[in-house]
Amino acid sequence: MDQEIKQVEDKDLLWKLFKDTFLISAFTIGGGYVIIPLLKAKFVDEYHWIDDKEALNLVAIAQSAPGVVATNAAIGLGYRFAGIKGTLTAITATILPPLITLGTIAYCYDLFASNHYIQLLLKGMQCGATAIIINVALDLLKKEMKKKLVLPLLIIVGTFIANYFFKVNLMYAVVVDAFIGFFLLRDKKYS
Amino acid sequence: MIYWQLFWSFVKVGAFCVGGGYASMPLIQAEVIEAHHWLTMQQFIDIFTISQMTPGPIGINAATFVGTKLAGVPGAICATVGFVFPSVLIVLALVKLVYKYGDIGPVRGVLNGLRPAVVALICSAGISFITLALWNTEAIPKDFSSTLDYIGVIILPLALVAIRKKVSVIKVLFGSGIVGVLLGTFVFV
Repeated sequence: MDQEIKQVEDKDLLWKLFKDTFLISAFTIGGGYVIIPLLKAKFVDEYHWIDDKEALNLVAIAQSAPGVVATNAAIGLGYRFAGIKGTLTAITATILPPLITLGTIAYCYDLFASNHYIQLLLKGMQCGATAIIINVALDLLKKEMKKKLVLPLLIIVGTFIANYFFKVNLMYAVVVDAFIGFFLLRDKKYS
Repeated sequence: MIYWQLFWSFVKVGAFCVGGGYASMPLIQAEVIEAHHWLTMQQFIDIFTISQMTPGPIGINAATFVGTKLAGVPGAICATVGFVFPSVLIVLALVKLVYKYGDIGPVRGVLNGLRPAVVALICSAGISFITLALWNTEAIPKDFSSTLDYIGVIILPLALVAIRKKVSVIKVLFGSGIVGVLLGTFVFV
């Protein structure tokens, strides 16, 4: 990995970062791991600002720090793209939509919750988000499979089962995986 | 001063809320209901319900709601900024650390262990979302053919084809929303 953090070169960098993070944050309902694949689809798969490995490292950091994973990921990605300016841009773009929505909704919650068309719009967008998440997930899985390394694959399967079927607190899963890595995955072939 | 109190209370919530999402609930409850009596339990449950159907993490929504109620828009801003403040410091410190020492054995090991974990968590969110799209529940229902939501059955594959064909993420999201409205208005009335 680089010694220095090389910022992304793109003349509309901050504007793109703000606009896309804002829209993704505004139209995605659900926890951090719903927003993260969408950010990845946009900034990694579409703009190619960073590669998969760096993106996953940054999300791993976001998951390990206190706070909300989605905002943490925005802080880390923003910093990687454009330094402190990037962090401030990305975090503003992440927080602004819930601030505006909740501020407005406080006044017209009933209307919002019972409107048939809003419900349909949300349902449709949720299906779109599902497709994007599936695509990101399959893509990442395929790349891991190609490496043919047993231990990382076992971590994927184990963490998935613990999280999806046994609803294990994410923090415990992450700590266990960090320990496995600390002791068993130091070799360069795993990075 | 109320602005400072709001800021500081949510700094504490943000700093100790480890594990994300619902893990922040008891902390917010302790700070906002028990220590300061800023909200009643009923209002707190309402925020929880609203958070399930609006964008944004629950911690940020709670901060916004409490802040607005106590001190209007400036209050909401103080509480929200307080909530993310510790995250900014800690994430930036960790990012710098990782970029500096990411190539040293133990640090590399930890990252090599965490990257597959992130892949697993994305897969897990994906499966929950598939069942949500097709059946409107997070677990696969026993009676899975009659409870099927046909809007999801139609949009999901279409959106998947679109994203495969490199249509922009934002267009896929909006397009799916519009198709949802059209299907619900004209086809599955």
